[in-house]
Amino acid sequence: MNLKDKLVSSFLAFDDYLEDSSPIHDIRNKAIKIFENKGFPTKKEEAWKYTSLNPIVNKDYSIFPKKESSIEFKDVKRFFLHDIDTYKIVFIDGIYSSYLSETIHDNMDICLLSAALKKPKYRAVIEVYYNKIAENDSLTSLNTAFAKEGAYIYIPKHKEVEKPIEIINFATGNEAALMMQPRNLIVVGENAHVQIIERHQSLSENAVFTNSVTEIFAEKRAYIDYYKIQNDASNASLIDNTYIKQEEESHCSVHTFSFGGNLTRNNLKFYQHGEHCDSTLKGITIIENKQHVDHSTLVRHIAPNCESHQDYKGLYADSSTGVFNGKIVVEKDAQKTNAFQQNNNILIDDKATINAKPQLEIFADDVKCSHGCTIGQFNEDALFYIRTRGIAKKEAQALLMYAFANTVLESVKIPELKVRINKLIAKKIGVSIGFNI
Amino acid sequence: MLKVKNLHASVDDKEILKGVNLEVNAGEVHAIMGPNGSGKSTLAAIIAGKDTFEVTQGEITFNGEDISELDPEERAHKGIFLSFQYPVEIPGVSVTNFIKTAIKETRRANEEEDMPASEFLKLIKEKADLLAIDRKFLSRSLNEGFSGGEKKRNEIFQMAMMNPKLSIMDETDSGLDIDALKIVAKGVNKLKNKDNAILVITHYQRLLEHLVPDFVHILIDGIIVKTGTKELAYELEEKGYDWIKEEVKT
Ligand SMILES: Nc1ncnc2c1ncn2[C@@H]1O[C@H](COP(=O)(O)OP(=O)(O)OP(=O)(O)O)[C@@H](O)[C@H]1O
Ligand SMILES: [Mg+2]
Repeated sequence: MNLKDKLVSSFLAFDDYLEDSSPIHDIRNKAIKIFENKGFPTKKEEAWKYTSLNPIVNKDYSIFPKKESSIEFKDVKRFFLHDIDTYKIVFIDGIYSSYLSETIHDNMDICLLSAALKKPKYRAVIEVYYNKIAENDSLTSLNTAFAKEGAYIYIPKHKEVEKPIEIINFATGNEAALMMQPRNLIVVGENAHVQIIERHQSLSENAVFTNSVTEIFAEKRAYIDYYKIQNDASNASLIDNTYIKQEEESHCSVHTFSFGGNLTRNNLKFYQHGEHCDSTLKGITIIENKQHVDHSTLVRHIAPNCESHQDYKGLYADSSTGVFNGKIVVEKDAQKTNAFQQNNNILIDDKATINAKPQLEIFADDVKCSHGCTIGQFNEDALFYIRTRGIAKKEAQALLMYAFANTVLESVKIPELKVRINKLIAKKIGVSIGFNI
Repeated sequence: MLKVKNLHASVDDKEILKGVNLEVNAGEVHAIMGPNGSGKSTLAAIIAGKDTFEVTQGEITFNGEDISELDPEERAHKGIFLSFQYPVEIPGVSVTNFIKTAIKETRRANEEEDMPASEFLKLIKEKADLLAIDRKFLSRSLNEGFSGGEKKRNEIFQMAMMNPKLSIMDETDSGLDIDALKIVAKGVNKLKNKDNAILVITHYQRLLEHLVPDFVHILIDGIIVKTGTKELAYELEEKGYDWIKEEVKT
């Protein structure tokens, strides 16, 4: 049985055990029908022209893990930002691990979606926000149909969350192949501030396929900084669907660091509903071998006087492939929009490829939009210059890589995270010098 | 220290150096002068290890060792420094961090201890003062948006920090204003001692007034056609190159 059929037929069993009164019962039933109709996207669709899911969806995944697994903190400590205090929402094979987590319910909720979906006191929030900006494309719908667990974060107005929140999804490898569909709901109230780090981490070489959906709501003057660390094992693939709705004067940034994994697709969509919003979308991709990373971004400017800044850097070695599909839409009321997009790529080897496609759709007349896309190799003159100062070729390349990626790194607001990412980059490119630029 | 023997080099089958001979000993200052396009920068780059040029004949030795197969960084580790005619901009890397990395990697290659942070800071201060460099300058991105003169001064600053055995200064004077030229020349003179050597490439006699050469070589069309003392530089300044070209023909 192929994966689509397997999913559709398991849905019946899955849905059976849900209470009829669940507020998301209908949402799920509609969603599975959409997925059943559309199936997995294929390269025939414009949005999936350069990313094929075939090699991934042809495996026989377990959809529900058979047993609960536990892991020791010491074995996974390195995946946490352990040098500072954080809130933690941790899942193991899709199941919440209270042992590894550190949640809170005091004047804010940093906890589980499963609890929020069940308990009546959350019902009002679920009704207002759940599945309200997620789209109904086939993969998001698939997630919506099966969603039952993930992070639930509700920060009430004027609350500044004093430490970052880590959302980590571990896969143990207890199943030969595992499919997971985490679902996160994040609501940040008026003038509230929060920093979130999200990570998917497989602990074995067994196949993992994650289809994740995150909905983020930034109310008036809310500040959200979201960091995605994609440094997974070589047999783990990720489809990340993240939707962000911004109200007046809110500031949201998403930084995506894609170094690991097999196939990674980031669908990142920003909707600016209020005036004077600021959206930042940045990413560094450093991949090798046959890795594939696809960034599909959308910024929809709906209200006037808003800004968006996109800056994606990519370094591709061996026969790795990259895709950057960046779309900016400026609707007719969105006058005085400033929208910037930058995508720079370096192909380290001849066999590496990048497909970059900026798209601008502008329906307002008084706007400033710019986009720039470059694809190149290392500057030989710069390499020679650095090497004459006693810095070996590999380190010289590394220095140029750091310099190249620095416009993205410099806006990471958690110093410990920045150090961590620096180290990941150094490790990824095999140098031992920390440049700390 | 440096011996270049019968060096021939070409790029895309075009011969640029056509048999250069040059010997530089410790404690000496040599100047190379010559018309545009005669091959001065090419010679400097080949000594520093640039591999876009193909050496077709001849040899280069440094302290008795054949260095023609060495990478640029290995030559740097042995004490060869090139101050570029056109320094490259490296956005995102600060001057300080660049030099710190350069010193660290050089020491590591030579199996020396890391320089303690306090010593590094002292050195930075000393050399910045020597070359009258504003400290704020050192936190800027390497060469990015530097004026022509600032780039040149920064090259000499790096040179002072690295303390090389052989310093090749490719047209350091072009771009420097009169005062800056004096400061830089004074700084270079301070660094000079009996154990190191300097090779200056220049078009003008002015720098040589401050940094007095023991020998002046004239490179024309890929070959050193005349070697003299500092008086030769004055003569060139007055008469240009035509008389030498005539002399060579006959
Ligand atoms: N990569 C290259 N490809 C082709 N020709 C080159 C290359 N590099 C140098 N040349 C040529 O070699 C010749 C010597 O150049 P070089 O830069 O060494 O001259 P120079 O003596 O330093 O001149 P200047 O006084 O103008 O600095 C020139 O004709 C130049 O065009
Ligand atoms: Mg030159």
